[in-house]
Amino acid sequence: MSDIATETVLSIRQLSVALPKGADRALAVENISYDVNRGEIMCVVGESGSGKSMAANTVMGLLPKGVRPIQGEVIFEGQNLITLTEKQHMALRGLKIGMIFQEPMTALNPLMRVGAQIAEVFEAHGKLTPKQRQARALELLIEVGIPQPEKAISAYPFELSGGQRQRVVIAMALALEPVLLIADEPTTALDVTTQAQILELIRDLQRRRGMAVMFITHDFGVVAEIANRVCVMRHGQIVEIGEASEVLDHPQNEYTQALIAAIPSNAMPPHRETNTTAPLLDIKRLNKVFRSRGGWFKPSREVRALDDVSLTLARGETVGIVGESGSGKSTLGRCVVRLEHPDDGELLLDGVNLSQLKGDALRRERHRVQMIFQDPYASLNPRTRVGMAIAQGPIANGTPKAQALKQAGELLDMVGLGASAVERYPHEFSGGQRQRIGIARALALNPELIVADEAVSALDVSIQAQVLELLEELKQRLSLSLLFITHDLRVAAQICDRIVVMQHGRIVEQGSAEQIFLHPREAYTRSLLEAIPGRGASVAVTA
Amino acid sequence: MSFFARFAQNRGALVGLIILLMIIAMAILAPLLFPESPWRMVQRPFLPPLSQEGFPLGTDTMGRNVAAGLMHGAWVSLLIGLVSTSVALLIGVPLGAIAGYYGGLIDDILMRFTEFFQTIPNFALAIVLVAIMQPSVTSIVLAIALVSWPPVARLVRAEFMSLRNREYVEAARLVGQTNTTIILRQILPNTLSPIIVLASLMVATAILLESSLSFLGLGDPNVMSWGYMIGAARTVIRQAWWLSFFPGVAILLTVLALNLVGEGLDDALNPKLSRER
Amino acid sequence: MLYARLIIMRLFKAVIVLFLIVILNFLLIQLAPGDPAAILAGEAGAADQEFLNQLRERFGLDQPMYVQLWRYVSGIAMLDFGYSYRLGVPVFDLIMARLPATLLLTGTAFLISLVLGIIAGSMAAARVKKPSGSIIMALALVFYATPLFWVALMSVLVFSVYLDWLPAYGFYTVGAGYTGFALILDVAKHLILPATTLALFFMAIYTRMTRTSMLDAAQQDYVKTARAKGLKPSIIQRRHVLRNALLPIITLAGLQAGQMVGGAILTETVFAWPGIGRLMFEALQQRDYNLLLGIFFFSAALVIVFNIITDLVYRLADPRIKGAS
Repeated sequence: MSDIATETVLSIRQLSVALPKGADRALAVENISYDVNRGEIMCVVGESGSGKSMAANTVMGLLPKGVRPIQGEVIFEGQNLITLTEKQHMALRGLKIGMIFQEPMTALNPLMRVGAQIAEVFEAHGKLTPKQRQARALELLIEVGIPQPEKAISAYPFELSGGQRQRVVIAMALALEPVLLIADEPTTALDVTTQAQILELIRDLQRRRGMAVMFITHDFGVVAEIANRVCVMRHGQIVEIGEASEVLDHPQNEYTQALIAAIPSNAMPPHRETNTTAPLLDIKRLNKVFRSRGGWFKPSREVRALDDVSLTLARGETVGIVGESGSGKSTLGRCVVRLEHPDDGELLLDGVNLSQLKGDALRRERHRVQMIFQDPYASLNPRTRVGMAIAQGPIANGTPKAQALKQAGELLDMVGLGASAVERYPHEFSGGQRQRIGIARALALNPELIVADEAVSALDVSIQAQVLELLEELKQRLSLSLLFITHDLRVAAQICDRIVVMQHGRIVEQGSAEQIFLHPREAYTRSLLEAIPGRGASVAVTA
Repeated sequence: MSFFARFAQNRGALVGLIILLMIIAMAILAPLLFPESPWRMVQRPFLPPLSQEGFPLGTDTMGRNVAAGLMHGAWVSLLIGLVSTSVALLIGVPLGAIAGYYGGLIDDILMRFTEFFQTIPNFALAIVLVAIMQPSVTSIVLAIALVSWPPVARLVRAEFMSLRNREYVEAARLVGQTNTTIILRQILPNTLSPIIVLASLMVATAILLESSLSFLGLGDPNVMSWGYMIGAARTVIRQAWWLSFFPGVAILLTVLALNLVGEGLDDALNPKLSRER
Repeated sequence: MLYARLIIMRLFKAVIVLFLIVILNFLLIQLAPGDPAAILAGEAGAADQEFLNQLRERFGLDQPMYVQLWRYVSGIAMLDFGYSYRLGVPVFDLIMARLPATLLLTGTAFLISLVLGIIAGSMAAARVKKPSGSIIMALALVFYATPLFWVALMSVLVFSVYLDWLPAYGFYTVGAGYTGFALILDVAKHLILPATTLALFFMAIYTRMTRTSMLDAAQQDYVKTARAKGLKPSIIQRRHVLRNALLPIITLAGLQAGQMVGGAILTETVFAWPGIGRLMFEALQQRDYNLLLGIFFFSAALVIVFNIITDLVYRLADPRIKGAS
C-alpha cells in the first residue's frame, strides 16, 4: 500500500462537534484529525457512544438537529465542508460523496420501485434523460450483483431480502461514481454469510473504481477483513490510528489492546471432557410449524421452524446452538423453556416430558428451566424495582416475600452488582449491568437448565467479554447446565463444550466445539466459518 | 423533572388547566350563586345581556336567567363527561386487555365485536338509543359510553399485544406467575399513560356528544344543559343571538381546555414521544 | 382478479354487519319500555286500537320472538322498511328521496376537509417550532373543540343575518323557478355554508393527523437515504415524506365516515338541508321510531360503502398489501 502515491481525498483537521444541551457529554467528538486517501479503505472503529459516525455525518451535512461542528476543518476537494451552505452540500451529496447505511430494511422508500429510487440520484443532479436513467439503474443493479436485475428494477423494496436491499443502497451510492464512499455500519444488520458477501462487494467495487472509502464499524473482525488503515475512537477522541496490520498486530493503546483481546478469538477453549452420564435434557424429534392464519379467501402459509430436531445436553454441560436468522435456533430455545408449544416430539428434562404440558401443570414445572434474554433494555419491567424483579419468581413459587428479597440481594452480590441494587429501578443501570440482573433473575429459582438466547449479542464487545466471563465463572461455581443460542460462532467457541449448527429448522451438524471449528464436516458449517470476518487475518497472525 | 414541571412546560396545557378549574368552580358554585332552579321564569323574556342587574347574560325566550342556566349546565356537562368516560373505560379496558393478551380466537371474536361497534355511525346510534330508552341522565350516559368504548379497547389491545411478548413479560411467565398477575402487575401499569391521555380526550368528546344530543332535544328534561339552551334558541337566533352564543362559548372552552390538558398529560407522561413544538 | 375477490369478500362482510344491525334494531324495539306496537306507531296518543292491532298482525307481534325476528329480517332483505306511520309513506321511499342531498353535502364536505386538512397539516409540519406552524395547530384545535351545531348557527348569524351574503336555509330558492345552470349555481350557493361548517371539524382532524404523520415519516431512514442522494428538500417532502404520510390518513378517513354521518344530522338540522339527517331530526321530533330505525340502518350502510372504498384506495396506494395477500 505504501508504494502508491497517496492522494488525500478527505482531510479532517482538529474537528470538534458539539452535542445539544442536556446530552450526557458536551462534545460528540473532540479535536479529531484523520485523512481518507484515494484507493484505500479507512475504518473508523469504536463502541456505541464513541462518536465514530459524527465525522461522517459532518462530511455529509446530515448531522442530527442541534448537533453542530464548533471547531476545525473538513477539507474535501479544496473546500471546507463545514462552511458550505445547505445548497452547496446538497450538490455534493450523491454526486461526489455517496453513503450507505446500517439498516437496509428501512433505508428504502417502501412505496417506490427500486429502479425509480436509483434513477432519483441522476434526477437530483440533473443527469441523463429518464430513459437513460432506467438503463443506468439496470447496469448498476447488475454491477452490484442483484439476482434477476430485470425483475428487481421494477420490484418494491419489500420484495427483496435484506442483503439485496443493501445492494440496492450501494447501487444508489455509486450511481454517479463518487470520489468518496461513506459506509456507516453497512453489514451490522445482516447475517454473517450475507455480511461476507457485502464486504466482498464493497472491497471489489472500491478496487475497481479506486474510490476512497470511509468505513464505520464496531467490529474488529470486519476491520481485519477490509481495512487498509484504522482509526480507533473512544468517548469522542481518537485513541489510536495507523496501518491496519500495525494496529491489529501491535496495538499500542491499552483500550485498543483490550478491544482486540475482547474479540472472541479463534483460539480453542481447552478441551473439556464431555459428561457421559445420563442426559439432563433429551430432545427427541421436536417439530414446530408456524402457520399464518389465512382469511376466508387467503391460503395459510407455513414455516417449518423446527424439523425433527433431536439433541441431548448432559448435566453441567454447555451446548451452543448456532445458526443464521431463520435457522430455528431461537424457536428451539423458546420451545425448551416452553414459551412456544412444540407440535410434537419429546422434551425430556431429567426424564419428565415437558413438551405437552399446559396451564397450571406447566406453570408448576416452569421453575426448572429459566432463560437469559437478549435485550437488556426490554427484559426488565421499567416500573419494577430490581430486587422485586428477581424475587418475583420465588414469590410466585411460594417463598415468603422478605426471604425472596434477601435472596435477591445475595444473587445481585454474586453477579457483581452489590446487594444495594435491590432498591433501584432498571433505568439506573447500564446495558451490561442489566444483563447481570437478568442472569441473577434466571438463577433465582435454582433451575436445572438455563437457556441463554443471544444473551450477549446486544452488548458492546468489551462488555460482552465481561458478561461471558461472569457466565463462565458461574458455570464453574454452580455447575450450571446451559443451552447457549447465538448467531456468532466466535462467541459460541468461547463458552460451549459442544456446538450444534442449525439451518432452515434442521440440525446440520453437531460435535465438540473443537471438532466443529477445526474439522467441520458439512459444507454449510464451513461456509459459516469462512464468513466470520477477520478469521483469515487473525489466523495468519497466530500462525 | 417532576411530573407537574413537565406538564407545565407545555404552556397550552397550563392555560387549559386554568380554564378547566374555572369551569369546575362554576359547577360547584352554581347552587350557591343561583339557588333557584334554572328553569324558573324570573324576568320578562328576551332581555339582552348587561341590560339589567342580576341578569348579566340576559334572559331566554321564557324569561329564564341565562347566567343561571350556564352555571348549572357546567355541572351536567362535567358529570356526564366523566361518568360516561368511566363506563366506557370499564367496558373497553378489560375487553382490550383480554383480546390483546390472549390473542387467537378470543381476540378475533372480541375484535369483530369492536369493529362492529366502530362501523356503526356513533352519533346516530346514540340518538336511537336515547330516543328509545327515553331521555334521562342515565340513558344519555349509557348511550355515550356504548358508542365511545371501541377506541379504548383498540388502544389497550394494541398496547397489550406489543407488551405481551416483551422480554420482561416472558420472564414473568417463565418464573411461574399466573396470567392474572401478569396482566395486572406487569402489563397494565405500563399501559396507563396512554389510557389516561385518551380518557382526558374522551371526556371532551363525551361533552360534545351530550351537547349535540340535547341540542336535538334529547336532553334530560329535568336538568339544564348547554346543548338544550342552544337548541331552544335555534329558531330565535335572529332576535336573540346571545341565547345560543354564550352556551356555545362555554362548550368550546370546556372541550378546548380538556384537549389542552390531554396534550399536556401526553407530554408529561410520555416524555420521549412528546411532540416537537 | 385480486380486486374482484377482495370486493366480494368485503361485500360478504358488509352483509353480515348489516344483518347484525338489523338484529340490533329489532332488539332495540323489544327492549324499549312499553308496547312494541305503540313504539312502531310512534308515541301517538291518537293511535287507535284498530291501528295497533293492524301493526301487531303485520309484524307478527302476537307470534313467538323468532317468528317476529324472521319477519323483520326478511322484510328488510326485500328493502321493506315498513311505513312511517306519521307520514303515511314507506320509509324506503322517504329515505331514497332524501339521500342525494346528504350525499352531495357529505361528499363536498369530505373533499374540502381532506384537501385543506392535508395542505394545512403539511404546512404545519414544515413549520414546526415557527409561529405560523403553531397558529395553524391552534386553529385546528379550536375547530376540533367547537360544537358543529354551534358553528352552523353562528355562521348563519354572521353570513346570512348580518352580512346577507349567503342563504341560511334550504337546498334551493323556493319559488325562484331556476333551471339548468342557474339552478346549479343556486344549489351551490345554498351548499356553501352547510358544507363548510361540516368540513371544519374534519379539516381539524386531518390537519392534526397529517402533521403528526409527516413528522413521523420525516424521521424514517429512507428520508436520510433520499437526502444522501442530494435530492431537493421539496422533492423529498413530496415524494418520500408526504406519500408515506398519506397512508395512515386514508385509514383515518375510513374511520371518520361514521362521524361524518353524525355531523350531517346536526348540520342538516340547522340549515334545513333536505337530507336524511334532517329527516332523522324530524322523525325524532315526531317520535317516528320506525323511520328512525330505517335511517339508522341506512346511515350504517353508507358508512360501510365508504369503508369499502377507502379499503380499496389503501390497497392501491400501498404495494405491500398486494404482495402480502
